[in-house]
Amino acid sequence: MKVKKKIKTIKVVVDKCNGCRACEMICSAFHANPQYSSNNPERSRIRVIRDPLKDIYVPVYAGEYTSAECMGRDKYVIDGKEYGECDFCRASCPSRTLFKEPDSGLPLKCDMCESDPPQEKPLCVQWCINEALVYEEREEEVEEGEMLGDVETGLEAMIDKYGLQKIADTVARISMSSKC
Amino acid sequence: MRYAETGFNLEVDLSRGSVDRVETDPGLTELHLGGLGTNARLLWDRVPADADPFSPENLLIFGTGLLCGTPAPGANRTIVTTLSPQTRLMAFSMMGGFFAPELKYAGYDKVVIRGRSPKLVYLWINNDKVEIRDASHLQGKGAGETAELLRQELKEPKAQVVSIGLAGENRVYYASIEQGRSSASRGGVGAVMGDKGLKAIVVRGTKDINVADPAKFMSLANDVLKYIQFRATNPIPGVPAILSGLGSPQEMAIHDESWHTENFAWGNARTRRKGFWTEEVEKTWRETQENARKRLISCYNCPMKCGATVSVPNTPVYMMKCYSKLTYTMAAMSDLEFGFQIAQKATEYGVDAFSAPQTMAFAVELYEAGILTDQNMPGFPTDNKERFYWLLDKIVRREGIGDILANGTYWAAQQIGKGAEAYAHNNIKKHEQLPLKLGMLNPIYFLMYSTGEKIGITQIEGQFPQAPFNTKEEREEFVKDWFQVPDEKFKQYFLDWEPRGENSNPYYPTVGMSCEIVDWMEKMHYIDDALGVCAGLSSFPLKPPYHMHNYPLFISAATGMDIDEAELSQIARRNRTLVRAINSRRGLRRADEKPPEDHWKKRFPELEEQLRDEYYKFKGWNSQGIPTKESLHELAMDFVGEDLERRGIIKNEG
Ligand code: SF4
Ligand code: SF4
Ligand code: SF4
Repeated sequence: MKVKKKIKTIKVVVDKCNGCRACEMICSAFHANPQYSSNNPERSRIRVIRDPLKDIYVPVYAGEYTSAECMGRDKYVIDGKEYGECDFCRASCPSRTLFKEPDSGLPLKCDMCESDPPQEKPLCVQWCINEALVYEEREEEVEEGEMLGDVETGLEAMIDKYGLQKIADTVARISMSSKC
Repeated sequence: MRYAETGFNLEVDLSRGSVDRVETDPGLTELHLGGLGTNARLLWDRVPADADPFSPENLLIFGTGLLCGTPAPGANRTIVTTLSPQTRLMAFSMMGGFFAPELKYAGYDKVVIRGRSPKLVYLWINNDKVEIRDASHLQGKGAGETAELLRQELKEPKAQVVSIGLAGENRVYYASIEQGRSSASRGGVGAVMGDKGLKAIVVRGTKDINVADPAKFMSLANDVLKYIQFRATNPIPGVPAILSGLGSPQEMAIHDESWHTENFAWGNARTRRKGFWTEEVEKTWRETQENARKRLISCYNCPMKCGATVSVPNTPVYMMKCYSKLTYTMAAMSDLEFGFQIAQKATEYGVDAFSAPQTMAFAVELYEAGILTDQNMPGFPTDNKERFYWLLDKIVRREGIGDILANGTYWAAQQIGKGAEAYAHNNIKKHEQLPLKLGMLNPIYFLMYSTGEKIGITQIEGQFPQAPFNTKEEREEFVKDWFQVPDEKFKQYFLDWEPRGENSNPYYPTVGMSCEIVDWMEKMHYIDDALGVCAGLSSFPLKPPYHMHNYPLFISAATGMDIDEAELSQIARRNRTLVRAINSRRGLRRADEKPPEDHWKKRFPELEEQLRDEYYKFKGWNSQGIPTKESLHELAMDFVGEDLERRGIIKNEG
């Protein structure tokens, strides 16, 4: 079934990025628990892919988790310079560490800074005062469906890695031991 | 849990090849904050007073500031501290970029290097895993080249690297430590790194930095960002464009160089070129810059864009920061294209972009004066530009005359003799300075230049305007929203400061006022350098976002320590005094504290003595500029007083 939904997006104006990584920092701080109590760009859901000498400054948002490696290993040539496909990929995938929690290895995904009350603008957009990140909202007809939350995305990744049974057993064991 | 800081230093002994992770004393943070403060404390405690800069017992400390790695915008400085081979005093050179936050995320506040490795090595810090690794394959490689090679070798594109080039390896007295878009250049810190046999430090960190009061801290950080935005759209009126905004001078963004090219001296601080900046020059220089500049770039967590990626024909791409754009051009009296080209080589070699061009111009001047001859310089080209490339190569290799020039103008002049000393005319404390030639002595700047411990005079300018404004109306306008002043009296000092007449330089600001103003400027610098906040957002520009009133709040929210303005002032004073004590112990005396002879055309010997006298008193130093026992006692540093007394540097007056 199709429903009307407010779609939140962020336009990335690569030309305006100065590579400061404020977006990485603030995203990680926002998602810390308690909020802002710590920061660590490695936990961020946005990464600035930087290669200054090649003039590459590409902020990339963490997208869906893919449980399998993709087939693509294509090369792209932009303005005479060669880039690997993974350089720009939004996915958290088994073949690389990008967009994974540093401690758990669980995938990260941009949630547009969902919070209660909602933020006026996503935090990375607020902190990118160079306007390389521009927040946009639009109405769109989309398929109704549940969006996976952080926990589910993480669990899905764990299940892929260890199998459902093992995860279920582990959960059972932990909940037992935390009772006593 | 420690807040803001990690609470651990990395202690590396290159002689023994050992690495230790050492927990630090939180009491020292309370006394000195961090960064420069605790660096100085380590140097005082652990380096013998008479140590040779080139000896295993000299320490080379890479200290992050207390706020580095927190969300505080622009808190990204690495403070490199050691004994300078050139000045023989303490060197503390700052670099922005990305190294300090990465080191914090790896779990360390400082990397303390001691000893000397028998062969060239690099240090690989990957969170808890730290290794000293062979770097023989990197010998002779450029600084930037080394960083790239290491990132590839370690398969860590996100690692941050500090490295030296050939100049550092060969212990050129003004060798720098490079870090891509930034460098620690002044004081020869790269030479000490080379002496230790350390080619590079690579760091990758993926841990958290915590703050004590997140809500408060974020609201302060957001205020700073808002203010940066405000200033971007509201430049300060009534001052030259270069002083109207924030950040370090926006040399990569601006094209109009009339002020620098006509007011600074060219060559080795030799010639003012009034009327240089013509329409034609403006056109060529604009084109050169537009073609060369790829992108304006920032340091970690800062929206200002003070650097640029530069690409000129037949030269590899590199990153340039503020003034190196002009220093080579002006030293060689050439065009901007040449400046951009030679700066690439110089950056890869790793030399300080103030001292290197001046030393090369000094050599050319000595040659033209017949003091250096073809005998000293066989094969010296006739073409002006080629001469500079020739000299640069000789210097970084320490070949022939280059071996002498590699010691900087002061030491080289001594070695060359035959009147060469007269050509080394732009030094303070044996160190090359900004090629400024000014008219009337400015008492504030006289004190900052003479008594500053940072020694690079470009680094000490401050929040108080450099010159009086012309009209009373302009001055009144300026003070209206000048909330950064630590005390209201400074507004009056400024309001009464006239370009001419009784209330003008050199007798106004009065000696007393000058002491207070300089003390304020210094204080801000010492706080920035302890916190690791870029001077471009604090102590350097007019009306910056960080100042005396919000800093205590930042520190308290970050660390959980309860600090007010008075306490912060006291810490700044303690750090400043400790640096002075280190230098006193190494022989710094009043006679060393003077600007270059011809820095100002009009000098006032009596007034200058008076300024020094009063300032020393104001600081709690004796007539030689050495901290007194009483003032050290007030600053909880009796151990320093006792040491100075034991050495007979101060007398027991009690
Ligand atoms: S905050 Fe903006 S300018 Fe800075 S790295 Fe992120 S996208 Fe680029
Ligand atoms: S929108 Fe929010 S969650 Fe997504 S990357 Fe930006 S700060 Fe992170
Ligand atoms: S103001 Fe400029 S130099 Fe300072 S931190 Fe920001 S980008 Fe770096």
